[in-house]
Amino acid sequence: MNFDFSDEQKQMRDEARKFLAEKCPSKAVREVLDGKAPYDKELWKGLAEMGFLGVAIPEEFGGAGAGHLELCVIAEEMGRANAPVPFSSTVYLAAEALLLAGSDAQKRKWLPKIASGEAIGTLALFEGKGNPSPKAIKLQASGGTLSGVKKPVPDGAIADFAVVAARTGSTGRDADISLFLVDLKAGGVEAKPLTNIDPTRGQAELTFKNAKAEPLGATGEGWSILTQVLDRAAVLLAFEQVGGSDRALEMGRDYALDRIAFGRPIGSFQAVKHMLADMYVSATLARSNCYYGAWALSTNAAELPEAAAAARISATQAFQHCSKNNIQVHGGMGFTWEFDCHMYYRRANATALTLGSLSYWEDQLIDRMRRKNAA
Amino acid sequence: MNFDDTPQEAAFRAEARAWIQANAPKQYEEELRKSSLGRTVLKGANILEVAKAWQKKKADAGWACLHWPKEYGGRGASPIERVIWQQEEGPFGKLSAMFIIGHGMCGPTMMAFAGEEQKRKYLPPLASGEKIWCQLFSEPAGGSDVAGLRTRAERRGDDWIINGQKIWTSGAHYSDYGILLTRTDPTVPKHKGLTMFFLDMKSPGVEVRPIKQASGQSDFNEVYFTDVKIPDSQRLGAVNDGWNVSLTTLMNERMSIGAGVATGFPELFEFCNSLMLEDGPAIEDRNVRSRLANYAVKASGLRYTSMRAISALSKGERPGPENSIGKLVAGSMVQEVAMYALDLQGAAGVLSGPEDAEVAGKFQAMLLRAPGTRVEGGTDEIMRNIIAERVLGLPGDIRVDKDVPFNQIPTKGRG
Repeated sequence: MNFDFSDEQKQMRDEARKFLAEKCPSKAVREVLDGKAPYDKELWKGLAEMGFLGVAIPEEFGGAGAGHLELCVIAEEMGRANAPVPFSSTVYLAAEALLLAGSDAQKRKWLPKIASGEAIGTLALFEGKGNPSPKAIKLQASGGTLSGVKKPVPDGAIADFAVVAARTGSTGRDADISLFLVDLKAGGVEAKPLTNIDPTRGQAELTFKNAKAEPLGATGEGWSILTQVLDRAAVLLAFEQVGGSDRALEMGRDYALDRIAFGRPIGSFQAVKHMLADMYVSATLARSNCYYGAWALSTNAAELPEAAAAARISATQAFQHCSKNNIQVHGGMGFTWEFDCHMYYRRANATALTLGSLSYWEDQLIDRMRRKNAA
Repeated sequence: MNFDDTPQEAAFRAEARAWIQANAPKQYEEELRKSSLGRTVLKGANILEVAKAWQKKKADAGWACLHWPKEYGGRGASPIERVIWQQEEGPFGKLSAMFIIGHGMCGPTMMAFAGEEQKRKYLPPLASGEKIWCQLFSEPAGGSDVAGLRTRAERRGDDWIINGQKIWTSGAHYSDYGILLTRTDPTVPKHKGLTMFFLDMKSPGVEVRPIKQASGQSDFNEVYFTDVKIPDSQRLGAVNDGWNVSLTTLMNERMSIGAGVATGFPELFEFCNSLMLEDGPAIEDRNVRSRLANYAVKASGLRYTSMRAISALSKGERPGPENSIGKLVAGSMVQEVAMYALDLQGAAGVLSGPEDAEVAGKFQAMLLRAPGTRVEGGTDEIMRNIIAERVLGLPGDIRVDKDVPFNQIPTKGRG
């Protein structure tokens, strides 16, 4: 047994951390936060050059062909840096869907572009409020075209293509849902950016009007593929959340060491120390759940559905906990626009909803544990 | 990152499994499997005798104290092998409960500070369970602040004379030996006047009295010392250096990882899987599922944290204070789990008799025992201080008694 990343993987994490510390300082994140750019194009280019965008994409499709453990360590650093780029939608959602269900031609068309930074992809799943559910998908597919509205779509306004979940049947079963691949620049799709709690990661409404679409995977297999994509993305996003948790904890710790009140560092007061200790506990539990998720993801283990749900819940809780208490440790300064605390708070709470809410994943976890118990 | 055994680990596992299969006291397997947290009872058998017999059998075949050197009764095994053994030993591992303090804390302290002859004399019977050891640190005036202890040791020729009282000593009533932290110089600040010894618990002047706990049970004792004589040869470490010796003991406590801590989650999950509420099965209730999921990720988080620690240990890294989180999280979780399990039983949750209560009163017993788990072996608050100071690097508490001679520290709060 070795329940840890390898030295090479840790080295890659250090490389990513160093790269992001230089190319993605808080100043760069603020450019996007303040609405001066929809995402950090320079950073996106740099990530492609470093080989990070295609780290889990096989070499034959233009990637580095490293694997998902390597992607996990990079995801952690993306979360730590609060990187304002469409990494999660392109790499965890679109690329994973293509890898799972794409035809050879589809993979050849899009994966090299993802790896090189030429194409931004996303998953268009939600249609208004609610959690992932086949019943909630109304967008219609007919004769090779799609019609309907998707929102919120992460990074939908800057994406070049989307994996779209659409209705192809009306039996009331999961098999009514199929996936399609849509070139968003080919006409027939209108994108409208939506205001959201985390401006460093855009959300959009996509309106499809007889938009040309090609099937991704077999008709009727959409929900089954989606479930797998969401599980895989849940693990990867959980690593981002863990990276963000650690950063928020560090910010709180550093401030507690430097800030003097009542004649002593506030970090010497037990009320503050214990708050930070509890943040450390949350972050550690989340990290350990994530490691298990990483193992299940990288080996495609039968445990993946359960491991993904556990990682997702644990990491969501940890990031929310660490980011909100980081503000608390900072006191009034933590509530200013000028301090970075709110950027992590925003990201934590936006990420908590991206793949479906906490209560959705709680429900999923119990279902999956019961299934395993019954087996 | 993988969970597969290496060829050597697989061979070790096969050997352990075969030996356990051929030698374990199978007649108790079912009862051990069912017995609840920290409370193992065997009908019609003396648990102490059964446990000692199993430990002796293991020792004779080289399966006791796996991580100890062979010359002291161990096997010289790796941390991973120890975990493999625990996995294979399964429910029979519950028979080791009364040896944990001796094997995990007293033994390693002896290994670090006793003379070679003493180690060869005392350690093998400790490993084989023939002799049981206890740890005499806590006192009425020194719990979390253990350095505030008052039990005096005074030099008289080649001996030391001990007077005072210890409390919360697990297993003192069946222990043969103990390690004892005493005050040898009250005129210097508290950490600087302590000395460690080991002693025969049958020494004249040692009196053990069981404590009736808030749970109604008696797992712990008070131990009184009246003019107890300990030869200087049984001193561990230098005179007045007992604080540093005790840190070795506590550091080794952290090595005793692997088996994992009890959270109550598996019991709660099983209970909810079978419980019917008015509207249907509990496991299908939205609120129940949400609560269960929250406990589930804590339990799995602890399990995998412990596996990460074992991986680090097997690469030669020292176990750090970060392992304090196991106890911190599990302690309060057991309490919450018990309260929730009772809540699910409605008004009848109040009943604790095995014949009336769900699951033979398991959760009621858990509820009443739980406050102790948040205090023993370091309170939740001490655990948070350890994490804050030693992991996160935050400043220590301002210690008003740090430079004050021990005998000038106030002993009363009001009045």
